[in-house]
Amino acid sequence: MPDPVVLLDRVSRTFAGTTPVHALRHVDFRLEAGEYVSVVGPSGSGKSTLLHVLGLLDEPTDGLYFLDGINVALINDAERTGLRGDRIGFVFQDFHLLRHRTVTENVLTALLYNRFPRRERHGAAVEALERVGLGHRMDQTTDKLSGGERQRVAIARAIVSRPSLLLADEPTGNLDTATSESVLEVFDDLRSDGLTLVVVTHDETVSAHAARHVRMVDGFLSETTSGRGTR
Amino acid sequence: MTLLGQPPPSVVRPHLAFRDLVAESVTSLLARPGRSLLTILGTVLGIGAIVATLGLSKTAGNQIVTRFDALAATSVTVTQRNEFGWFGPSQQTVNLIPWDAEDRIKRLNGVLAAGIKSNVSADGQLTRSVPINDPLAQTEFAINLVAVSPGLFDIAQAELRSGRFFDEGHSLRADPVAVIGRSAAQRLNLDRVDHQPAIFVGDVTLIVIGIIEEVAREPSLLDAVVIPNGTARKLFDLNGIDEVQIRTEIGAAQLIGSQAATALYPNEPNRLRVAVPPDPRAVKGAVEEDVNALFLVLGGVSLLIGAIGIANVTLVSVLERVGEIGLRRSVGAARRHIAAQFLVESAAMGFIGGIVGASGGVLVVVAVSATRTWTPVLDPWIPLGAPALGIVVGLLAGLYPALKASRLEPVEALRAGL
Repeated sequence: MPDPVVLLDRVSRTFAGTTPVHALRHVDFRLEAGEYVSVVGPSGSGKSTLLHVLGLLDEPTDGLYFLDGINVALINDAERTGLRGDRIGFVFQDFHLLRHRTVTENVLTALLYNRFPRRERHGAAVEALERVGLGHRMDQTTDKLSGGERQRVAIARAIVSRPSLLLADEPTGNLDTATSESVLEVFDDLRSDGLTLVVVTHDETVSAHAARHVRMVDGFLSETTSGRGTR
Repeated sequence: MTLLGQPPPSVVRPHLAFRDLVAESVTSLLARPGRSLLTILGTVLGIGAIVATLGLSKTAGNQIVTRFDALAATSVTVTQRNEFGWFGPSQQTVNLIPWDAEDRIKRLNGVLAAGIKSNVSADGQLTRSVPINDPLAQTEFAINLVAVSPGLFDIAQAELRSGRFFDEGHSLRADPVAVIGRSAAQRLNLDRVDHQPAIFVGDVTLIVIGIIEEVAREPSLLDAVVIPNGTARKLFDLNGIDEVQIRTEIGAAQLIGSQAATALYPNEPNRLRVAVPPDPRAVKGAVEEDVNALFLVLGGVSLLIGAIGIANVTLVSVLERVGEIGLRRSVGAARRHIAAQFLVESAAMGFIGGIVGASGGVLVVVAVSATRTWTPVLDPWIPLGAPALGIVVGLLAGLYPALKASRLEPVEALRAGL
């Protein structure tokens, strides 16, 4: 049996301060390859912290995290960064695209730091953009795109390096209903291609696209339905 | 998978090819060309000022040397040392320079021409051209009376308007003849000499045999009545020589300067004062140092301002691009890649500033040289070194912003920046 993509073993994340904030409390979480999970919960419940820990942007203060079977506490900062660039794709609420740069250049950013073969870069970018339905926009600068198109560029950037895990933080938070739908359709496509997806959201319609739902409250994680095996 | 989970060899360390680093940095700069250009302006001015300074001082230094070469660098003057305080040379009680000074000097190898010159004291007597008193016009003037040997006309490269110079014969016979300068002739109302006009210095009558139109040296001759030595000694009691003037071959001035005093007064040569032109190499060095010191400081100050400008804008740009920094970290950029990108960007701005500044500086040197008809001179290392200096300035300026950028925590950066 292959390693799960994510295995959290009693993971805690506490932010020190005069009143310490317990963003994650003893979270156990297992994510198999190909799962599509939504994380819901009120703001301040630890959703974003969970996502940052999963994305190796933040480290647990306690507990163990295995990504693709690798104990990330045992590798150094540079290796964690390498792992992040190699195996994780991020989609942010506010896109984080480079302005004044073309769509293709933005997607190529994700291939700069992970030894992706130079000759295959452009082809991979084109392929990723075609998958999100932006094959016709490749040479535009991102300032000229609509919100939905921008988020699809961000998704193309997140998947171009063929990561093990795609993490999306409120991916439709800045989009209206119609464009949200186009983004969610892309997620559905990616899911059916076997990509592992974690989407943090407070929007029920977004959450409904996922097969499995977890809920964060006060740093505790709980499964609301187990979508394992259902599509 | 074991519970401890050893990192498999498939963990790749983050890496950024130098080519990609440069491409990313340059693209970032080109994305906002206006701002990048404004940023490098300070560096352009600083390096331009330094290049122009070095070039102009070199050019001017060479030019000054050329002028000395043309005229002054071949002139040697021997005068009698003042031994008893402040006396005019013509009141010297003892005459050390012999009357045959011209011949003695001409025997030295390297001498092209030699002549002697003395101011003749006419006891304040005025000079007039006609023996009549016209009450309406000024007819008497205080005109300098100068005694020279014929060689001095050669030294001064005097050109006649009409008539002739006097020669050794006039001097030996003490003929009452004079050659007068252009200005003196105008004042005395003389225009031509074919009718042998007479002038009167006090009660001495002199026949004008030539009028000097132009001289290259000794411009005082143009407003003087010039008479032969012998005439001055007989009619005006001239008892000593003021100065011996020597024109040498180019490059021989230093040598002649060391021999002239001995040739003129072998007993005690150091009682004569020999003025030789300054050593050309010394002049060049001194001029360059003077000009350089001042303007290099100015150039350095503008370069410092330029560096602060780059540092400032790079710092602002780091703050503006917090989101981009977070994004790059999230796609696998290590801290050193972030630092490297900002360093390369500021170094590139310095480099461009260096190139543009050096070009501007060279243009200034050429333009100034063109208006002065100088030959522009520039050390070859200047246009090559300027971009290197620009890179150094850019790197130094980018150091702090780059460190600041690399220290940003990715989570904070992603949250803060848009």
